[in-house]
This record gives sequence, structure tokens and C-alpha cells, in this order.
Amino acid sequence: MLVATLLVASFAIYGALYLAPGSPIAALTGGRSVPPEVLAQLEERYHLNEPFLTRYWLWLTSALHGDLGESIPLHEQVSTLISQRIGVTISLVLLTSVIIIVVGVGLGIVGALGRGTVDTGVLFASTVSAALPAFAAAVILQFVFGVMLGWFPVLGTGDGFVDGLRHLTLPALALAATSVALVTRVTRTAVREELGREHVQTAISRGLPWSGVVQRHVLRNAAIPITTVVGITIASLIALAAIVETAFGLNGLGAYLVQAAQNKDFAVVQGISLVLVFAFVITNVVIDIAYALLDPRVTLGSRAQ
Amino acid sequence: MSIEILDPVAEAEEAAPSRRRLRGLGVIGWVSIGVIVLALLLAIFGPIVRPFDPNLSDLSFANVGPYGSHLLGFDGQGRDVLSRLMEGARTTVLGAGFVALIAVVIGTTLAIATAWFGGKFDATVSAGIDVLFAFPGILLAVVAAAVFGPSLFSAGLALAIAYSPYVARVLRGAALKERSMAYIAALEVQGFGAWRLCARHLLPNISSLIVAQGTILFGFAMVDLAAISFLGLGVQSPQADWGVMVAEGKTGLLQGYPLVSLVAVLCIVAVVAAVSFLGERLDAGSRDVRR
Repeated sequence: MLVATLLVASFAIYGALYLAPGSPIAALTGGRSVPPEVLAQLEERYHLNEPFLTRYWLWLTSALHGDLGESIPLHEQVSTLISQRIGVTISLVLLTSVIIIVVGVGLGIVGALGRGTVDTGVLFASTVSAALPAFAAAVILQFVFGVMLGWFPVLGTGDGFVDGLRHLTLPALALAATSVALVTRVTRTAVREELGREHVQTAISRGLPWSGVVQRHVLRNAAIPITTVVGITIASLIALAAIVETAFGLNGLGAYLVQAAQNKDFAVVQGISLVLVFAFVITNVVIDIAYALLDPRVTLGSRAQ
Repeated sequence: MSIEILDPVAEAEEAAPSRRRLRGLGVIGWVSIGVIVLALLLAIFGPIVRPFDPNLSDLSFANVGPYGSHLLGFDGQGRDVLSRLMEGARTTVLGAGFVALIAVVIGTTLAIATAWFGGKFDATVSAGIDVLFAFPGILLAVVAAAVFGPSLFSAGLALAIAYSPYVARVLRGAALKERSMAYIAALEVQGFGAWRLCARHLLPNISSLIVAQGTILFGFAMVDLAAISFLGLGVQSPQADWGVMVAEGKTGLLQGYPLVSLVAVLCIVAVVAAVSFLGERLDAGSRDVRR
């Protein structure tokens, strides 16, 4: 199923861009007229003279070997262009995931266990940040922490680990805003629900230590819906990173995909799309595995679609 | 933003039934309705009643704050910000509305067809839907921009296609349940055709769920469309659009003139928050009714 999904997805990506109007020859020659033997040479070099299915097959098989073809306008290997930028995207997604898990799950548990003002505060904060799309959060954070307070840089990737982290802080916060709110709310509801269950109430009324009951009975069971929502939100970051990268001028895969789409650099669009879809599908598989590990009732492969 | 994220909330919150009934709307509910009505009015009449030409630029007024009848001042190119907001409401709000509408139509059709026919047809369509799930909406829109050139149309179409599997999956369950009801079997025995049964009985009975899905999608579509326009792959500058305005205002924002970006962000956030509040209420309500 996994392989089939990836195969169909790769076919769709390749096919969609194959159908795009405008010939790559025109891009190669810059619209100048060239002698037919040069034309034939170019067609030969980029396999433009082959039928569609052959070209797809060539592209796919070489993609499996890590060769995603050549960017026609830049005359560079797509895999090189990707590997130069993938680090930024991975760091951004990882940092954002850490924020989502720590802040989201943390606030959710605090909100569920604490009553009154604490809970209201958590609910209010999550409602506000739920309504902040990544690009809106990016603009607001840039203005408040970059321009007004001057605490963080607003553009660029930075050099070295510490500087890089400083440059990634605001983008990661912007990317995390909506997801943190979602994870907080799901965590809060899940923990509340487990707290109200009979076995938990019995354990508490029998005088078992509160913290032990929370750890053993409440959090372990609440972990199942929490894992689901955390996994889904992290998977969605892979595509959303493009927005934040563009907003903060980060030299990552997403921002480059957007640029390539504007410049009609099809090989790059195909390559990056393939990498992103692959990452998205793999993340979803990892979630399923985590799910099965957490919940013994679920066995892999039998999860109803 | 992916729509997948709503289901866990709905599922998790569904389990706490005491809170999730459709009671009175409350203050927030009425404010939300007010915001949505205002946004729709702006989308329809904004481009007609706007005070100034949204594209008339006078560089000597660049980044000048509120001034006389220019209530929100000027942007970095000396264009009236209020007029651009009113003009931009159309693509931002109506664009999102169309995306939600198309996604709901495609999704509902698929859901009812798969539930009705079942068997191989259901299996094939469901497999296709699974593949579509591998494409996040934003990614599909970026690819569409590369293929068809960046425009509101290509972005909107890509988003509608990316959203429809979510609608289909949510509605398929409800449609299946309805399909197995005795009254449908009874009507079938009496010789009523599939088309008539679906249109007259099945569809109306899942309509509250459809409306709720549509409302929720409208919020997502607004966020995603604005984001794509912000990236430069949707509505094209200099045409006014809230997402485009956020992007256009960014240069000014970094130089200490945040007005344009922040005002546009505020408009988007207000409408999205109102829509998602109402959407969740409708969703909870429709699920309660169905129980």
C-alpha cells in the first residue's frame, strides 16, 4: 500500500509537470532559434525525444538512486540543490516539533489538572494561537521580537549552531502557533476524560498517591489520542514550512520549491515535491507504528482506514 | 494547513458530551456571526463602495499614517490601505467560499456514490482518496502554480481538490449508515430509483454534517489561499488581496511601518477565528443530532 501510494504520487507529480505548457527547449535556448543539430543534441541529453512513459521510468529509477535530474535553468543537479537546503528544513521542522510537543502537551496537562484561572488561561491562549496561521504569526513575531524589541534576527539562516538556532527561533514559533493550540486542546480534553474514568476515580478515592495515579493511569491512556494529533500536526509541518521559510528568508527546501514554481524550473519542483510527499508518507507510517507501540489493542496492518 | 487536524479534536471532544451541545450561541457566537456577515458584505460590496482607487499610487504619501479621509493611511507605494482592504475582501473571502463549495460538492458526490454502490467502485475510489491524502494542500497548490502559472484560479482549484478527500471520508461514514437504514431499503423495494433516493432522502439527512464540513473548510480555505497569495503563487500583486497585502507590507514592516501587514493579518485572523468557532459549533451540533 505504501509503495503503491508513493508510486502513484510520483506518477502524478511527474505527469502534472509534463502536461505543463511551454517546452523545456524554449527554457534551454532562452527563446533563441538554434540550429536543428543543437536541438537534437539537447533533446538527446535531457531525454526529451523519448515517449512519456519511458521518461517517467528513467526519472523514477534514477530518483531511486538519488539522481533527480538536472535543473535546466541552473545547470545543476537537483539532488545537489536539495541537499544544500534540506538541512535548514529538517532543523526547522525538528525545532518546531519540540516546541509543539513540550509546550502543547505541557500546557494541555497543566490546563486539565489545574482548575479555574489556570485552565481558563490555557484555553484562552490556545484559542488565540489557534486562529494564527503561520504567515500571520510570522509577520507579528517579526515585528514584535525583531523590529520593536530587536531580540531575534528577522531574516536569513545564520552561521554555526548557536546563531542558526537564533535565526530559527522565530520561524519555529510561527510554524508552531496553530499546532500548539491544537495539541493543547486535544491533550486537555484527553487528560480530563481519563481523569473522570471510574478506575481513576476509584484509585483516587482509595487514597493512592495522586501523582502516581496521574502518571500510571491518566497520562498513559491519554497518550494515545495525544500521539495521533502530535503526529498529524508534525506531518503537516513538512508542507507548511514553505510559508515560514519564505517569510523569514530561510534557504530551505520549501522556500526553494516556491521559487522554482515561480521560475518554472520543473525538475526542481518535481524533485522537491517527491521528497516532501515521501517525507509526509513516511511520517504517517511512523505515527502508525508509534500508535501500535502505545496501544496494545492496535496491531499493525489491521487499522481500519 | 491541513484539514486532517480537525478530526482528532472532534473525536476527542465528542467524548465529553455534556459540554458539546448546541446551546445558545453566546456573546462569542453572535460576534462571530457579525464578523462573517461584515466580511461577506465587504466581499460583495467592498469593491463598489471603497472610497478611493485601490491601485492609485502616490509615492509622496508612501507609508503615511491615517490622514484626513484616508482612515488607515497609505501603504509603501502610497496607495489607500482602507480601499485596498475593501477591494481585497472579494478575492480573499469569496475565493475561499468557492474553494469550500467545490470541495464539498466533489466530496459529497464521492461519499454518496461510494456509500451507495459499495463494492469495487468503493474500493477503487477509496484507494484514490488515500493517494490524494499524500498531497498536502499547499504542496498541490504550489505544483498547480508551476503547471498553470500562478493565479487565484489554479491555487483555488488545487486546494478544492486537496480538501475533497477529507469531506468524502467524513461524509462516507454518515452516508453508509443512512444507506443501511430500513426506510431506504423499503423505498428501494417500492421501486424508487437510486438517483431520487439519494437526492430526496439520503442527501437531506446528512445535510447538517455537510454544512458543518463546509463551514470548517471555508476557514481552512481562507488561511491556505491567503498563504498561497502571500507566497506569490495565488492572487498576483498589484491586485488587492489580504494575503497579497501581508506580503506587500512586509518590507515596510521590517522598516518600522507595520500598518499594512498587521491590518491585513487582523482581517484574516478575525474572519478565520469567527468561521472556525461557528464551524466547530455546527459540527458538534450535527454530530449530537445524529446520535
